[in-house]
Amino acid sequence: MLHTVNKSSFERNSLQSCLNTIDNTSVILLIEDGVISAANNANSPMLADLASQGRVYALKGDVDARGISSKVADNIQLVDYAGFVDLVVEHGTPVSWV
Amino acid sequence: MKFSIQINEGPYQHQASDSAYQFAKAAIAAGHEIFRVFFYHDGVNNASRFTMPPQDDRNVINQWAELDIKNADGEPELVVCIAAALRRGMLDESEASKNGIEGNNIHPAFRISGLGQLIEAGIQSDRLVVFGD
Repeated sequence: MLHTVNKSSFERNSLQSCLNTIDNTSVILLIEDGVISAANNANSPMLADLASQGRVYALKGDVDARGISSKVADNIQLVDYAGFVDLVVEHGTPVSWV
Repeated sequence: MKFSIQINEGPYQHQASDSAYQFAKAAIAAGHEIFRVFFYHDGVNNASRFTMPPQDDRNVINQWAELDIKNADGEPELVVCIAAALRRGMLDESEASKNGIEGNNIHPAFRISGLGQLIEAGIQSDRLVVFGD
């Protein structure tokens, strides 16, 4: 299942709620302010662990707009909107954590 | 594949309407169909035909209108939740006259309808994607 997270983990705990809930086949797409959590100093060991399994994506336009392109943590995969659509096609209706 | 989109946040508030628009555009470009866009909660404000952003800014309402999402009968499939809309002073012609109010502000590319339309969108579409706060 696909989960989208659109708030920074410095603002709300939706990413942590998502991480606590998902099963081991789920993938996460960080969008809007959610991409702040993709920065390499955002310190989420759980997210880093998922990323190392290739299960974390971040929306490139939102990463670029926030000036953190050079700080994206290892193994987080950047996608554009076409990639977002493909993830929804592949994984089904997403759970939107807001 | 058939997509529907739900938007729970107004324009220029944060990013939901813009993200949803970019998503819809990318889905159409990839050959998918947008069955319906449902505007709920503060999302109903995306349907105001009186929206006048500065000239150098995008017009979120017109962007949606230009996507021109219609069904086979030619009715708009940009659907505004009636209860959420009336609460926020968003009226089409028929709701305005029903309530004895002069003027209306729903853009003609949108239509007002009930929550059943969201449920139907969920049933009829392969995917329902929610954007909002």
